[in-house]
Amino acid sequence: MIAPPSRKARSETPIDIRSFDLLSLTTAFVLGLHAAHLPWWLDITLALLLGWRWWQRRQRAGRVPRWLKLPLLMLLTLAVITYYGSIFGREPGAAFAIGLLILKLLETESARDVRVGIGFACFALMTALLFDQGLIVTVIVALGLLPALATLRALEPAQTPMTLRRSLLPGLGLLAAALPLALLAFLLVPRLSSPLWGAPSPREARTGLSDRMSPGNFTDLLTDDRPALRVSFGGTPPPPDQRYFRAYVMWDYDGTNWNYVDLVYRAPVELLTSHTIKYQISMEPTHQRVLPMLDVPVDAPEGARLRQDHVVMADRPVNDPLTYTAQSAVQYRLQPELGIQARQRGLSLPVGFNPRALALGREWRQRYGNDDAAIVQTALALFHDGGFSYTLSPAPLGRDAMDDFLFNTREGFCEHYSSAFTVLMRAAGIPARVVTGYQGGYWNQVGDYLLVRYSDAHAWSEVWLAGRGWVRVDPTAAVRPERVSLGAAAAAGEQLAWYRNDWLQGLRNHWDIVNRWWGEGVIGFDAVRQRGLLTPFGIRDADTKTLGALLAIGSVLFIAIGLGWALLRRQARDPLRAALRELERKLARRGVVRRPSEGPQHYLSRAARALPGQRDELAMLMRCYLELRYAHDEPPPESLRDFQRAARDFRVVRVVK
Amino acid sequence: MRDILRRMQTWAERRLPALTRYRRPENLPIELHRRRIYIVPTGFGLGFSVLLLVMMVGALNYTNNAALLLTCLLGAASATSMLLAFRSLDRLRLSHIRAGHAVAGQPIELMLVFDSRRNRSAIRVDLEHSRTAFAIGASGSAEVKLTLPTAHRGWQMLPRLRLWSSWPLGLFRAWSWLHPEQSVLVWPRPEAAGPPPHAAADDARHMRLHQGDELAALRDYRVGDPQRHIAWKASARHANLLVKDFEQPQSRPQWQLDWRQLPGLDHEARIARLARWLGEAQAQQRNYSLWLPGDEIASGSGPLHYARCMNALAQLP
Repeated sequence: MIAPPSRKARSETPIDIRSFDLLSLTTAFVLGLHAAHLPWWLDITLALLLGWRWWQRRQRAGRVPRWLKLPLLMLLTLAVITYYGSIFGREPGAAFAIGLLILKLLETESARDVRVGIGFACFALMTALLFDQGLIVTVIVALGLLPALATLRALEPAQTPMTLRRSLLPGLGLLAAALPLALLAFLLVPRLSSPLWGAPSPREARTGLSDRMSPGNFTDLLTDDRPALRVSFGGTPPPPDQRYFRAYVMWDYDGTNWNYVDLVYRAPVELLTSHTIKYQISMEPTHQRVLPMLDVPVDAPEGARLRQDHVVMADRPVNDPLTYTAQSAVQYRLQPELGIQARQRGLSLPVGFNPRALALGREWRQRYGNDDAAIVQTALALFHDGGFSYTLSPAPLGRDAMDDFLFNTREGFCEHYSSAFTVLMRAAGIPARVVTGYQGGYWNQVGDYLLVRYSDAHAWSEVWLAGRGWVRVDPTAAVRPERVSLGAAAAAGEQLAWYRNDWLQGLRNHWDIVNRWWGEGVIGFDAVRQRGLLTPFGIRDADTKTLGALLAIGSVLFIAIGLGWALLRRQARDPLRAALRELERKLARRGVVRRPSEGPQHYLSRAARALPGQRDELAMLMRCYLELRYAHDEPPPESLRDFQRAARDFRVVRVVK
Repeated sequence: MRDILRRMQTWAERRLPALTRYRRPENLPIELHRRRIYIVPTGFGLGFSVLLLVMMVGALNYTNNAALLLTCLLGAASATSMLLAFRSLDRLRLSHIRAGHAVAGQPIELMLVFDSRRNRSAIRVDLEHSRTAFAIGASGSAEVKLTLPTAHRGWQMLPRLRLWSSWPLGLFRAWSWLHPEQSVLVWPRPEAAGPPPHAAADDARHMRLHQGDELAALRDYRVGDPQRHIAWKASARHANLLVKDFEQPQSRPQWQLDWRQLPGLDHEARIARLARWLGEAQAQQRNYSLWLPGDEIASGSGPLHYARCMNALAQLP
């Protein structure tokens, strides 16, 4: 007798072309998802390798020889290490994993190989979410599961041949059926309050504002129209010209840069206020600590501290989306008394820079004496009438940057204006400083929130006036009032790319409500929110044990529903029986009730005896029934219909005794 | 490893009859239901769950809720596939089994007929070492061919069948044992060589004297040939008389195969010889009759007759 094929040999049977095609499709999908994070040369190489292998497998089944595979593996490792400098970490790890997935495809011949490949592909799909967990990316990644599931199905033997579309659809059904259980698990899987191992590498580029400002370094930010903040207000939102969100307050100027110095132990300065406003901000991760606040924050939210100039610093960098509630003063007097030290700091200018600007400031001081407000107005009038223009691509500035700007180029944007204005004020002897943050935003009516993008980044100035404290002055508004009322995009006019035109921008602004919902409902669902999840049910603080128990109960419930479905046995409908039942009901109303042990013949004869007026009709019905039931395997449809009609039309005639 | 598993299985079946209560043969048709379908994860299923666990811990660690959602979705889909695996077997019915013919030592072909109201895919049947897969489409039934090795002539009980499926994702394996109470009849193996059967004495004469009415050839006249057989037209062109010779395609003489005419052989050898003779008679398209102790089959021919004779031989004590 021939020995049975061993287990190994059986699993080594080569797969058919369909499974391989689907696996290639899955791999191509994964590669496409990661293409943006990988260097372009790796993208192209891997895509070519994938295409070549797909073509080669269609010609002839067989593994790629080992002498080709091993050098490729070494080449991949080498390429990743030389490009990234390491193989660990998010980017190099993803690049390495995608490369390995493609190499796995080279040696895929058996069902086992395909399964390993699919498992790996699922993992690679998940890692795509480590780069971006937006709604659209998540949906696309979830769609990537479809070819993966279809591949696993294609491995099963004995199926009817299917088109590609028809082979993807059952996966969609499976995922849809699994969604309720998935959501339950998502809600109840206990979150970790602190990570088990190191958080993602901090090498990540910081986004948003920086704690240093020099004219020109906002350029990248002003063309970045990703959302930065979403602000919802308890009552009416403040008018557009008050939508200033303070991030950094910068005192120190070295001739090129304005710097923020974090003085941790100084107490916040005095803030007198008559009118405050409450609001909630959802912030995208910036990997920085500063939390932008509506001018001027009264106190800091939990997990953050208020600094001296009412700058709010979180205790640790914002690496994940963060939502915080705060209260700010809209009419205020900030630091009504300026100490000598602070005054000196607010007047200091680097020696040997910008002589013409300093001279102009001193001249103004001589002209207006002690009237600080007049000096401010003069400066604003200079920007408004002095031939200055607003542009996002200004000419470069020389060593005496402010002199260059004020007397030569006369073009720039908020950084240039706030910087020049502050220098002029200091030269004229008015304490002044630069504030950076965001200004404006798009009011989303549907969602009732203010959407602030990175491109809404702004810089303005504050001057200290006796009796009024620090007063916000926005010199950019003097040049381009639209900047304040409509935003940077409107102010820049034709300079922006075609895709930022009004119509598209409007669409994007409306769509943002979905992103907000996703960001707050899903991405922002953290350990704290999870603990509060059960508050409506009377459980104030759901700990891990409660959540685990609930998860178990919920899963059992879902499994029970699923089992009920799986065990569902549809009773074959018996129309003949249904018709007889109807007849029985009518007779029962006249007192002729069928006994449990009674057969149809006996019962109907008894009915005929009990209702002598309809004896013939009942006898006919009985004969019909008996014939339909017992003379055929399947009752002929037309006789069945006749019987049904007769049973339906049967009326018990009331006999007057 | 497989031996150990098999030994454990036998032990479990001996010690825990409740686990294996469907070991006893049952009458056809057999319909599968929830009490006799078992599910375990496959090796791939176990590996996949470890992968899911890794993905989940990773997502939790990086507090990446989108990744966690994806992992939960994949996990829930895997769990749902368990129900699908169960459902692919539930209410499947083995309605009947047809057996082919085979002599002892050769595999016998079985035709299993399954039916179901639903469409089903990728159901596999294992019978000893024969394995095949089938799907049930719109027709509602499927015929599955399997082979079963045979060793001895006579009735042979069908062994247990295993019906299993890892549909749809290969993560879970649902299986059920079927033990239909059905036997197949294995024909005796004919001996390799031996003497021809003892022919009746009058066979040769019978053949010689036989005359048919089909013209076969012309031959020279011999004294005694009937006058009406002379081919007058042909003889006119020749010097001597020619006679038409008639013949009929003669079926070979019939064989009367008799158990009693094989003295001096032991029981099985007699059966083997009779089996060979039956086979030869069938190949030569003879008529043959068979006498066996307790059974007498009248003369006949054709495959049905042959099968009847072989069945009778196979069923001898």
